[in-house]
Amino acid sequence: MDIVVLVKQVPDTESLVQIGDDGVSIKTQDIKWIMNPYDELAVEEALQIKEAQGGTVTILSLGPEKTVEAIRTALAMGADQGVHICDPAAEGSDALATAKLLAAALKDLPCDLIIAGQRAVDEDNYQVAAAVAEFMGIPQISMVNKAEVFDGKITCHRTIEGGTAVVEASLPALFTTQRGLNEPRYASLPGIMKAKKKTVDVKTVADLGIDSGSVGAANRKIKIKALNLPPERQAVRMIDGEAAADKAAGLLKILHDEMKII
Amino acid sequence: MAQGVFAITEQRDGELRKVSFEVVSEGRRVADGLGADLTAVVLGSGIEGFAEELKKYGPDKILVADDAALADYTTEAYTNVLAELIQSSDPAVIITGASAQGKDLSGRLAARLDAGVAMDCTEIKLDNGNLIYTRPMFGGKIVADVEIEGSPQIVAIRPNVMDAVENSKESAIEKPAVQTGDVKTKNIEMKMETGAKLELTEADIIVSGGRGTGGDYAAIEELANELGAAVGASRSAVDEGWRPHSDQVGQTGKTVSPTLYVACGISGAIQHLAGMSTSKYIVAINKDAEAPIFSKADFGIVGDLFEMVPAIAAEVKKLK
Repeated sequence: MDIVVLVKQVPDTESLVQIGDDGVSIKTQDIKWIMNPYDELAVEEALQIKEAQGGTVTILSLGPEKTVEAIRTALAMGADQGVHICDPAAEGSDALATAKLLAAALKDLPCDLIIAGQRAVDEDNYQVAAAVAEFMGIPQISMVNKAEVFDGKITCHRTIEGGTAVVEASLPALFTTQRGLNEPRYASLPGIMKAKKKTVDVKTVADLGIDSGSVGAANRKIKIKALNLPPERQAVRMIDGEAAADKAAGLLKILHDEMKII
Repeated sequence: MAQGVFAITEQRDGELRKVSFEVVSEGRRVADGLGADLTAVVLGSGIEGFAEELKKYGPDKILVADDAALADYTTEAYTNVLAELIQSSDPAVIITGASAQGKDLSGRLAARLDAGVAMDCTEIKLDNGNLIYTRPMFGGKIVADVEIEGSPQIVAIRPNVMDAVENSKESAIEKPAVQTGDVKTKNIEMKMETGAKLELTEADIIVSGGRGTGGDYAAIEELANELGAAVGASRSAVDEGWRPHSDQVGQTGKTVSPTLYVACGISGAIQHLAGMSTSKYIVAINKDAEAPIFSKADFGIVGDLFEMVPAIAAEVKKLK
């Protein structure tokens, strides 16, 4: 089973995100960059399938030079090789252009199964994986918290509102991860040492046969007009009282009598 | 020239999902703003009754795609049918819900139609005939105003944020012939959580517990029960194994927008605040008066949740 995992490097979820001076991008200095948490689940799942059934795990990522750190993390977890689409012409690509580039790189990789995070926790677009599946002409299953690969087929538990839908697809296929799928391993020290010797193939937009006039920041369909901080709330109104019952009555007076929320 | 608005509704188990009414209602508002027609689309099997329900929200036309192969959602069949309906009507804007289905469908449809998507929008603004979509990014730490170039434009709206406004109309109903095409996925079964468990992203009220619960959610469940609320949890509570992953609110969990969010024993880590900051009203209950959650709350109580939460439940009971 040859598996490709799509990985993105994103700001740490514990980071404070600040708006840059141009008002349409974020300040990138002072940010700690990590592998997208949903992609860690994807790497772990790929490694578990490989450990059980054999095959290879390839990490595919698009991003600036420092993105190789996320690829190396995945290699240190146990993946076999990396492919890094690294080209200034690709920077700032929107979801569709990103998917187009990833799909072009996938054409040259042995691949029975693609695993990706359900979304990257930066732009929260939920689009790249689905668009990759469409460009590849293969089925997709989203937000999976249980997957079984068997006999040329994959069975996934796709989380939906209030439960899960069990879905079967023929391979090759793509699925995206949901929390609960597994507990991603940490890279071990020997793993980190080994990762240094693994290959990361660097590709440019031209290498992939894609017209640079169709990707990158200048060719986004989604134009960011402004970034804002969420509206500030009014100062908190503290509810005091002697006993718990007094405070509870005070809260209900506001929520029920004044605001009519409950 | 592309014109008109498509509203893609959603059904499951013989019922239209609530987000469908929000999608049609918001579609009506956008169509009126653009001076265009609104077409609601419903896909399923044996779904004739749904058109009557959708009329209440004022579409000019309702397309009923009725086929046994559309009974339950599959990405491929729904994309194939919708892409064909969209290509023959050439709408300028397509609105869907940012639900599990809408999130899965939007990216696929966008790639098929070469269209831009504004995902999980909380507001659609009209500016001189242009549409500006407001959408949280970084789990809600930042809010972006975006425009989409070209057409169609696909916008997925966050469930539970926009109002479903009744605005009845004698809509024209059409039943186009559909081709579900090549489908490589198969629905085996649905496993729904037992009992009347409320879905977090659709709940009007959420009572949420964090590390301060020490894993004891009895009081929180009791209050949620009294309020008809859903129960949520912080990441640390989920990491401890106290609650299932499906209960997690935050940047790596669910983003919720209830009318009322009651945070009990949750200190307010950035990634949690990101997931609930679009709640209309936030109540924080915490022992620590310095907890960051109070800076994001509308109402705060400093106190032990094991005393406070039952006391609030008792007060709610008195209202009945």
